[in-house]
Amino acid sequence: MELTKEQQAILDGSQGEVMGKIMKTLVMYGETFGATKMVPVTSTYGHIVTSFGVIVIKGVFELMDELIAAGVTSPQKFSADPRPVDRNVPKTLLQDIVFKVMYGPQARYEEQLRKIGLLSDDAFTCACYFPEVGNRPKKGDVLSWAESSAVNYANSVLGARCNRNSGIIEMFGSIVGFVPYFGLLTDEGRMASWVVEIRTAQKPEAQLLGSAIGMKVLEDVPFVRGLDKWIGTELNDDACAYLKDFGAATASNGAVGLYHIEHLTPEAVELGDRLVRPGAKVYVVDDAELARVKASYPVVWKDKDAEPRLCFMGCPHMTLAQLNGWTEKLEAKLREKGRKKVAIKTVFTTAPAVIREFEKQPNSKKLRDMGVVVSYICPLMYMNNPLCAKMPVITNSNKLRTYTTSRYYSDAEILDQITGGAK
Amino acid sequence: MEKIFRGRAVVPGEAKLKALVSRGGFNTLASFKDCKKGKNVCTDQNNPDLYGKSTVGVALCLPQTIGSTTGGMVLYNSAVIGCNPGALLFSNPIDSLAAAGAILASVWTTNNIPTVDGLGEEFLNYVRDGMTIEIRPGGEVAVTD
Repeated sequence: MELTKEQQAILDGSQGEVMGKIMKTLVMYGETFGATKMVPVTSTYGHIVTSFGVIVIKGVFELMDELIAAGVTSPQKFSADPRPVDRNVPKTLLQDIVFKVMYGPQARYEEQLRKIGLLSDDAFTCACYFPEVGNRPKKGDVLSWAESSAVNYANSVLGARCNRNSGIIEMFGSIVGFVPYFGLLTDEGRMASWVVEIRTAQKPEAQLLGSAIGMKVLEDVPFVRGLDKWIGTELNDDACAYLKDFGAATASNGAVGLYHIEHLTPEAVELGDRLVRPGAKVYVVDDAELARVKASYPVVWKDKDAEPRLCFMGCPHMTLAQLNGWTEKLEAKLREKGRKKVAIKTVFTTAPAVIREFEKQPNSKKLRDMGVVVSYICPLMYMNNPLCAKMPVITNSNKLRTYTTSRYYSDAEILDQITGGAK
Repeated sequence: MEKIFRGRAVVPGEAKLKALVSRGGFNTLASFKDCKKGKNVCTDQNNPDLYGKSTVGVALCLPQTIGSTTGGMVLYNSAVIGCNPGALLFSNPIDSLAAAGAILASVWTTNNIPTVDGLGEEFLNYVRDGMTIEIRPGGEVAVTD
C-alpha cells in the first residue's frame, strides 16, 4: 500500500507508539484486501458497534485504557450502538441482579468512550442515520462505521461508502481520519454479483426476504428486481423503514454490506443494469421459497409450545413512523378483540432522540395505555442475559432471532399474539 | 495420508492442531456468546456443524465468517482471554470481520492466531472434524487423515 508522507510518519511513530500500532492495524487490514492507498474519511461523524460494557470483553477495556493512557482521541466524534440496559424494560429481580453483574463495567466503558470521542451521552442507537439522531451521511461520503445494519443502510439507501468494518477497526479509522480503499469503497466493489427476482403474490415480509437473500448471497452484493412493485419507487418513510429491516436481515443472516433495489435505491436508479456484473447468479424468491426459509429456523425454546412472556420489536430500532403505525395497528386490533391492553409484555425499541419526538405526540400516551414500553435498549444485549435467554421471547426481528433464543414471527402473527391470540 | 493445500497467509504462523469444520458461514458473535477465560462452546443455533462444540485451540476450517460487525472485536477479545481458535483456515478469500479479528490479535496481543485464506472449495470438501492440521510457512496447510 502506498502511504502519504503523513500516513507513513504516523506508521513510523511520529505521533507515538500507540498511534503507530493503530496505523499498522489499518495498513495490514487494507493490504489483506489489496488496498493500494488510504482515503480520507469524509462523513461528519463515525459510528461504533461496541456500546456495551459487558464483563467478558476485557480485551476491549484494556485496549481503550491503552489508547487513553497514550493520549489518543478521535478528532471525528462518533455515535454508538444502543445501551444494553434500561430499567423500564420488564425483568425479574434475579434477571436484574445478573444484568448488574454482566454489565457492571458499563459506566467505566462509557467513560472510556467519552474520553476517546463519543458524540453525546444520548448518541446510543443502531439507527444513527435517523433524521432525529442526526448522524446521517451524504451520498458518496466515505465512512469508518461498524454495526452491520447501519453500514448496510448507509451504503444501500443513502449511497455512502463504507466497508463492513469490525468493531475497533471503525474507531481506528475515525481516530486517524483515513480508511483503506477497497471493497465497497470502490465502484467495482459496489457491483452486484447476484440478481434476485421477486416473484411473490404479496408484499414479502421485509425481515424474511432479507434473511432469505442474506443466507443465499452471504457477503456478495445483490441487485433486487421486482420489489419496487411492492414498496414503490420513492424513498419515503415506509420504504425506508422496510429497507432498514430488510437490510438488517441480509446483514445478520448473511454478511451483506450493500444491496441495490431496482428503480428505488440511489445507485440502482442512477445506473440500473450497469450495476450487474456479467454472469451474475440468479436467485428467484417466491412465496414457497419464503415459506421454506421461515420453516428452516430452529426453535430453541425448551418448551416449544410455551406461552410467550415477552415481545421485542425494534431490532434495528424503530423509526418514528413505525412507532406511530404500530400504535394505530395495535389500537385497532385491541378494539376488535375487546381488549384495552396487550396480552404479552411488549417492548418497542428506538433511539433516544426518536423517543423524545414520539413523546410529543398523542400516540405516545395511547401506546403506554395499551401497556407497551418504549425503550432505547438493545434487545440483543437484554437477551444475552442467560436468565432472559431461558424465557420464551417473540420478535419480528430476524437479527434478534439469529443472535438469541427469541422466536421469529411475521408482523401479522406478532400483532395477533400480543393482542391475545386468535379470537 | 497427508494432503497439502495452499492458500495465503493473512496472519503468518505455524501450528499443529485438530480440525473443526463449519460448512456454512461462521457467525462469530452468535458463536462466542458464552465465552469465558480459556473456554468457549459454540452457541450459534443456526450452525448445525458447530453448535455445542468447543472452538478453543482448534484449527477452525470455514468458508467465511458472517453476521454482526462485532465479529472482529469478538475474535480479538477471545485472543485476550485465551478462548480463541488456534488457527483460522478459510476456503474462500477472507472476509473483513475475520481479517480484522486476526489482525487485531496479531498487533495488540501476544496470542497470534495463524490465519490462511483462499484454500479452495476442495479443502473444505476434504477436511473433517478431528483430522490433524499442520499450518506451515507461506500459507501451506497439511491435512492428515
